[in-house]
Amino acid sequence: MTVPSDPRLLRLHPADNVLTVIATLESGARIRVGDAEVVVPTRLPIGHKIAARALHAGEKIVKYGAPIGSASRDIAAGEHAHTHNVQSDYLPTFLREDQTRFFAQH
Amino acid sequence: MTGYLRSDGRKGIRNVTVVVYLVECAHHVAREVVFPSREQGVHLLGFPGCYPNAYAHRMLKQLCTHPNVGAALLVSLGCEGFNRKNLLEEIRATGRPADVLVIQDTGGTRKTIEEGRAWIAQALEKTAQVPRVPMTVSDLVVGTVCGGSDATSGITANPAVGRAFDQLVQNGARVVFEETGELIGCEQIMAMRAARPELASELIACVEKAGRYYSTLGHGSFAPGNAEGGLTTIEEKSMGAYSKSGNSPISGILKPGDVPPSAGLYLLDVVPDGEVRWGFPNISDIQEIGELIACGSHVTLFTTGRGSVVGSAISPVIKICANPETYRRLNEDMDINAGRILEGAATLDEVGREIYDRIVRVAEGEKTASEAMGHAEFSLVYKSFEPLGPACLPG
Repeated sequence: MTVPSDPRLLRLHPADNVLTVIATLESGARIRVGDAEVVVPTRLPIGHKIAARALHAGEKIVKYGAPIGSASRDIAAGEHAHTHNVQSDYLPTFLREDQTRFFAQH
Repeated sequence: MTGYLRSDGRKGIRNVTVVVYLVECAHHVAREVVFPSREQGVHLLGFPGCYPNAYAHRMLKQLCTHPNVGAALLVSLGCEGFNRKNLLEEIRATGRPADVLVIQDTGGTRKTIEEGRAWIAQALEKTAQVPRVPMTVSDLVVGTVCGGSDATSGITANPAVGRAFDQLVQNGARVVFEETGELIGCEQIMAMRAARPELASELIACVEKAGRYYSTLGHGSFAPGNAEGGLTTIEEKSMGAYSKSGNSPISGILKPGDVPPSAGLYLLDVVPDGEVRWGFPNISDIQEIGELIACGSHVTLFTTGRGSVVGSAISPVIKICANPETYRRLNEDMDINAGRILEGAATLDEVGREIYDRIVRVAEGEKTASEAMGHAEFSLVYKSFEPLGPACLPG
């Protein structure tokens, strides 16, 4: 595991283009992603992912050094990467209706 | 470490008496039979369906003759399709005390409960006489399952279980990981770990089968809580789940009820064969744990990020919490806090060693958190399987 410059974010494999939040980030928190400083717009609990760089729609999302899906739209560096902008290449992800609304706000 | 010696040479780390209802209509009576002795190692199992099912029969046979089980009482309504006579003969053939009560013949609810409780009292006296013999880690079968996963599961608890699995295999144990539906996306990298070339294609085939099965059902083995915990796709969940298997070569594939023949790491294929029937392959974590136990697991390692509280009938469950925030809320229900890894307070190797040491203590009789709180869950529903292919087991 290599650790990016921000200790609250974990890169699990050198090939990864997403980082994992390992300490809950409150809304308004400033995080360091590569050379940029990004303000987190909404609370991100432990385990959520942030784009390590700008990602294009259709690009493979890589975590653990393995593809875990594709970007369903362009994602900015430092942006929350989740069900609203990442989709499975195998099976659709099931969400409850209340979650669809919650994740769409991000 | 000492074990309860059974007639087939296997050794148990518990000496449970099971009461088994053979149709849902006998569930209440069986539960009442168990009730007064539920803290004396008497556990409830059963199958709800009225129509016979070869998988369910084999599951109950393997569970009633599991090395952790000392005696079995079957409770039948009387008209269901389950072949109680065969099951009873199969259990008796192992020398265990076993009997069947047929509610329609015994005279109803009250009489069956009374007879059942009297039978249990005698069985407990007999099982207390089972000889204890020396046992080592090489006698153990250890299963692993994840439930209530979040994105911390694949960073802390699951790879820590992988470390413990590697150590168990080095010491001659048989270890089993499962849920092929939660390996979708990992099939190619997993196949590279096959101990034999012909096993590699079997590993890929069984994950592809899971993909087809779940596609027909509309979505993968992915619960809304997984997404709340930061997991986005089944592939991401799979990569995290896969790390429970550690780094040993994969020695073979099992189906529910197949006991691994020799030391090593095995994949349990839990997705039914043939046409999609009877719904989701695993309706909950509980049935997966039951299938691991039917494969001989003495102990199950259960990793959770969101915070499952379950235990199991027959074999103790060690719960390993991946998320430090969840651990603070549910610590009474957890055995190991792997979330310390995220806080820099422990390494994966240290937690892996802690899991290994806990398995040894639990095998020596120490109660897990779920055992101490009386958890003894069980669930079994319809499935169907074809026998294992010739390449699945080591020659």
